[in-house]
Amino acid sequence: MKQSPGIHFKTFLLILVMVIFGPLGNVMLSKGMKGIGSAANWAPSELLAILARILGSPSIWLGIASLLTFFIAYMLVLTWADYSYVQPASSFSYAVVATLSYFVLGEVVSPLRWLGIGVICVGVFIVGHTHPRTTESAAP
Amino acid sequence: MREAAFLFLVIFAGTGGELCVTRAMKTIGEVHDFRPAALFQFILRALHVGWMWVGVGMMALAFFSLLAMLSIENVSFVVPVTALSYAAGVIGAVLFLRERIVAQRWIGVLVICIGVTIVWLSKR
Repeated sequence: MKQSPGIHFKTFLLILVMVIFGPLGNVMLSKGMKGIGSAANWAPSELLAILARILGSPSIWLGIASLLTFFIAYMLVLTWADYSYVQPASSFSYAVVATLSYFVLGEVVSPLRWLGIGVICVGVFIVGHTHPRTTESAAP
Repeated sequence: MREAAFLFLVIFAGTGGELCVTRAMKTIGEVHDFRPAALFQFILRALHVGWMWVGVGMMALAFFSLLAMLSIENVSFVVPVTALSYAAGVIGAVLFLRERIVAQRWIGVLVICIGVTIVWLSKR
């Protein structure tokens, strides 16, 4: 199987971008949505009012910008690495999102939840020791 | 009940969208040039692939479902439970993208799912 030079480095770099900006985006979205609240019913007028509040929230836009950064890194890395490698490898973001939720939003993260996040990271460690591309490319 | 419905949409629309985007990216090929102009051209090429638009539509549905969940529950719970998509993702990668999954990667994904289960239990 022919590999591009530095495939491990560029894969690591882009997954790092995903792990930072994905959780940051989710935390900012959470901050915005906590301020907006949930829809009281499914009436179109109620949903439009919620949508207007979403579009007017700076936290939501910061979250969207962070998630766009995450998405571009994600698209790029998928051009050479397997989806089934990239998706689990980016799950370090769970530890980052819990940490950010504690420091930014003041959420209480229980020891059991931290344990679960730790187990997820062990899974990530195992996945990280497989090669990024285990599927032969269709193109020559 | 609302949370379960939104979670269903986040997982299935999100994973389905990601699989469609992956298929679109694979048709374009590996990126070698990371200069802004080249990346812009790359994005334009991606937008001409039909699978990309299907994927983006499904991911938009998943995104608004995620917003709805975040308005109800804490982010430190919502984001970990959405990791149920790992199992769906790997199965989809095998069936839809014809990727070959080595045994070690299956084990890793299984451990990740156990961790997600523990996080789910922490809610009670």
